[in-house]
Amino acid sequence: MLSSTLVTRWLQAFASPGAGAVPAPVRRARTALRVARAVAEYAWLPLAALGAWQLASATGLVPAVAMPSPARVGRAFYDLLRSGELVRHVAVSLARVLEGSAAAAALGVGLGIAVGLSRRLERTTDLVLQVLRPIPPIAWIPLAILWFGIGELSKVYIIFLGAFFPIAVNVISGVRQTEHRYVEVARILEVSRWRFVRHVVVPGALPVIMSSLRLGLGIAWMCVVAAELIAASSGVGYLIMDARQLSQPDVVLVGMITIGVVGKAMDVALRRLERRVVAWKVVYAGE
Amino acid sequence: MRASEPRTVGGVPGAGDLSIERVGKVFAAGGREFEALRDVSVHIREGEFLSVVGASGCGKSTLLRIVAGLESADRGAVRLGGDRVVRPGRDRGMVFQEHRLFPWLTVEENVAFALDGDPSRASCDVVQEHVALVGLASFRHAYPHQLSGGMAQRAALARALVNRPRVLLLDEPFGALDALTRIQLQQQLLRIREVERTTMVLVTHDVDEAIVLGDRVAVMSNRPGTISRMLQIDLPRPRLRSSYEFVQLRRSIYAEFFGEAEEPFTYAI
Repeated sequence: MLSSTLVTRWLQAFASPGAGAVPAPVRRARTALRVARAVAEYAWLPLAALGAWQLASATGLVPAVAMPSPARVGRAFYDLLRSGELVRHVAVSLARVLEGSAAAAALGVGLGIAVGLSRRLERTTDLVLQVLRPIPPIAWIPLAILWFGIGELSKVYIIFLGAFFPIAVNVISGVRQTEHRYVEVARILEVSRWRFVRHVVVPGALPVIMSSLRLGLGIAWMCVVAAELIAASSGVGYLIMDARQLSQPDVVLVGMITIGVVGKAMDVALRRLERRVVAWKVVYAGE
Repeated sequence: MRASEPRTVGGVPGAGDLSIERVGKVFAAGGREFEALRDVSVHIREGEFLSVVGASGCGKSTLLRIVAGLESADRGAVRLGGDRVVRPGRDRGMVFQEHRLFPWLTVEENVAFALDGDPSRASCDVVQEHVALVGLASFRHAYPHQLSGGMAQRAALARALVNRPRVLLLDEPFGALDALTRIQLQQQLLRIREVERTTMVLVTHDVDEAIVLGDRVAVMSNRPGTISRMLQIDLPRPRLRSSYEFVQLRRSIYAEFFGEAEEPFTYAI
């Protein structure tokens, strides 16, 4: 205990000589500098890409019909935002994504745990899962319309299909990674099956379960455009396909970027949750 | 309590005795058979501390895993109080070389898990008593990754003891610890034994550890693993590693491994 505090102190002293004697304004300035540097690390690549794009458009290197300039896209974004159209489309798509991926999470995690625990259930479900898995959700559209009509349910179903398989398959392998040494401990302590699953298997698989949920949510956003090919009159996917027919590439780009940004925001939220529920795990955070 | 009950004499099985009877075990590895244990017989009286010392690969861990019920014997049998051991059970606690604490549970939850697999019983008296017994009261809310190796092993000890097993099986429990921590934990284990009066079987490759802790030391030889010698350790406790008798015992055990040569090294602590 003592030695680790000493080491920490020594490291601090090494990092900023005389840290204890630094006046508060200087310390605040240093913190601000550190934050600014971190922000710059995140921002420089997108900003550079944006600059190159604008430059390519301004010099006529890229024709505006194929790829409108960032300024044009920004303008379209502003217009869509002001008219309230963008918010409406995002809200509709968000609801579909949340419903589809919530259903996929519930069924995928449930089935994944059950199959992971039982070899017999694995043999029963293996062919069904592995044959259905490679079929792209877009190929399901005709059947989805026949089964669920052209309302919300068929769209949610397409999103569900996209997110379900990766979640189920990952959860199965997460459960199967339960460490043998923990299984032995549970055997020696004669723990009941249910408590073994509840307190050993599920917590052990939780890191994999959480990352499979992030994966599933990402795929759900990928599927939203396919889902909104089905007689939709709203949603970001609809916005994109509608703008395609009206030859508005700037609006197409607004739709695309919006999906990316909302997807990223939801991933950040899930990562926060992940860090909280698997706080016990010491992870490799990269260099 | 149990110590004051009449003990058995002359190898007659007592109510709580652990008896290993002509146990043999063969493993198949790479298409060839490999005899891990041959004809191992030991009778361990209730409350006794048996050390099993041997080089790595001599089958001493396999023997312990058979007693635990994690492996089955191909020949012979293990009986605890007359009942044949066929599967793992709470009457036999086990501490492994690695602590095997669940990283997602705190120290007290890990100990409570031993009670019917229910970590939510962490605040229960028997759990807190055992956490305190191993000196981790102030770390009861800590997670395993926040503990030192010695502390984690003490938590594992508490988890193994909380069910009050009839036998505690120790599979090189201090093998991965530094020499100073190891000695500390050996002393603590003896203290715990005074309190709990549990029968203990310790498997180790550390000859000094075997002598310090054991009422008897079984020396195991290699290929096939079998008990080549049984020594009664009648030294008074606490045992001084530098005493003449201790050194003599150590020398005679080393002689089992290296012939009559000088002991190859000594601890200088």
